[in-house]
Amino acid sequence: MAVATGTAEQVKQRRYQKRTGNQLVPYLFIAPHLIFFLIFVAYPFFYGLYISFFRFDFLRPEAQQFVLLDNYAKLFSPDSIQFPVFWNALGNTVKFVLYSVPPLIIIPLLLAVLLNTRVPGRNFFRGLYFSPWVLSAAVVGLLGFWIFQSQGGLVNFYLVRLGITPPRWLSTLPWAWVAIVAMTLWWTVGFNMIILLAALQDIPRQLYESASLDGATNWQQFVSITLPILRPVLVFVIIITIIASFNLFAQPFFMTNGGPAQATGGGSTEPVMLRIYREGFERNQLGMAAAMSFIVATIMIIFSYTNFRLFRTRE
Amino acid sequence: MATTQPPAHPGGMRRRKLINNILLLALLTFIGLLVLVPLLWMLSTSFKPKSQWFLPEVHWIPKTFTWENYLSILNNDTLPIVRWFVNSLLLSGTITLLVLAVDSLAAYAYARLEFRGRSALFALLLATLFLPGVMFLVPNFLTIARFGWLNNYLGVITPALAGVFGVFFMRQFFESLPRELEEAAQIDGATQFQTFTQIALPLAKPALATLGIITFLGAWNDFLWPLLILKDRQLLTLPPGLRTLQGAYTSEYGQMMAGAAITAIPILLLYILLQRSSSRASRRRA
Repeated sequence: MAVATGTAEQVKQRRYQKRTGNQLVPYLFIAPHLIFFLIFVAYPFFYGLYISFFRFDFLRPEAQQFVLLDNYAKLFSPDSIQFPVFWNALGNTVKFVLYSVPPLIIIPLLLAVLLNTRVPGRNFFRGLYFSPWVLSAAVVGLLGFWIFQSQGGLVNFYLVRLGITPPRWLSTLPWAWVAIVAMTLWWTVGFNMIILLAALQDIPRQLYESASLDGATNWQQFVSITLPILRPVLVFVIIITIIASFNLFAQPFFMTNGGPAQATGGGSTEPVMLRIYREGFERNQLGMAAAMSFIVATIMIIFSYTNFRLFRTRE
Repeated sequence: MATTQPPAHPGGMRRRKLINNILLLALLTFIGLLVLVPLLWMLSTSFKPKSQWFLPEVHWIPKTFTWENYLSILNNDTLPIVRWFVNSLLLSGTITLLVLAVDSLAAYAYARLEFRGRSALFALLLATLFLPGVMFLVPNFLTIARFGWLNNYLGVITPALAGVFGVFFMRQFFESLPRELEEAAQIDGATQFQTFTQIALPLAKPALATLGIITFLGAWNDFLWPLLILKDRQLLTLPPGLRTLQGAYTSEYGQMMAGAAITAIPILLLYILLQRSSSRASRRRA
């Protein structure tokens, strides 16, 4: 069937292609996009690697020097200046992924379950919970910077009222992480909730009806019906959330500036994206920043690819 | 629990359902308030005079209401937030229109026109869809620098036109359209370009609207790339402008929150408008 209609389509298309015929026209259609794509996606894929083989100070481009793997050697030798700050920052990003991803799955799942009922106003609540997602990371970071201040911060007002001695959120550990994760949750919980809610709404109600006739409790229904059906969507949400958390940048940039500072020159909440930004665009060492980017990108690509494969074979 | 017991009498069941609904509604309202807290606090602070920022108790409604935070950032020539607002609006608008034009043209060709290398090229585009953005920062910055586009909007606009998502999204849509209308137009002697502009594009309005909203939102909120490219304060957009504001007004939280509000409120209003029109549309469909 599919094959037959496919070829019929092709024959038809070829017939009217022939009539209109100009072979150049399709290329004119794709050209505007393709030119930008080649310059800003295809070319930098290789150019980024190339730059990472240079010692390249943006302010002194004439002094650039081909050093082959020297940047990478520095990043992998424990006694270089870059080694502790880079791996510390990469570790911070991984920590943030570990802290943020579980609540970014569990809370949206709970919200989606709550909203997948016939409760009045569910569309309103869905829209409300999603709304912070439309804000810029810069706004989220600046709000977090104010809300978690020791002096005048909203969170501490309420903690004092509850009789709790408040921590200095943005300059001590682990509280700086708590604040960064909290603002991230506020910002993006609604996005995951929307995806999971859409998946929940696709589960036929009859499944639950027959299960409850068989005497299954709500919890049993959730575990034996909802979760298995939701599994592929959950895996997808987990993967995109890990990738999004890996790109952490603006929240610590605004809230902690990467601090509290460490003796090595790194920061306890400085994510690897912020380290790359500082190396490349504050210290102007673009060759080194390119090498750091390449390592981070490789990790992310391997992660995505493995997940993609795992996901695909199980499907 | 409720589901395990066969209903003893329907009245009790209904009452239990009502109580469940009220509890659920209370919980949802509480969560809703948590979502609103940062935004309400932003507004509250932005309307408070400095003397009230650090009071030891919470006043959600300012004791005295003032515009001075807004006025002081609006009148500060070194932090031209009105210009940033206009810059953001024009830049996001331009990017959105160009992305719609460039992406729908390309998408139409990948969906409907036949040419040598079509599937290979499209596969290449798709393969880059999941590449992490971090690997493009340094090389694209250098490309823009070499073009002389640092501190120039071309340096922000052109990389935005290279994205693959819009092409992919629009191609999916064009492929879902029935071919018959386009074929009829071609039989009537329309060129491929006329078929595209007069038949396919008008049919694609809903998809164009969706892509337009996503693109505008992304451009309005983009922080890192304009931070790298735009250095001149007169040229900044709002998100990197907020960083400048944070640096310039150390612990002037009223001004910072006024700036955050100026950045957040237009996009929140846009979101509310879209929510309302889409829920009205879905009700009409029902």
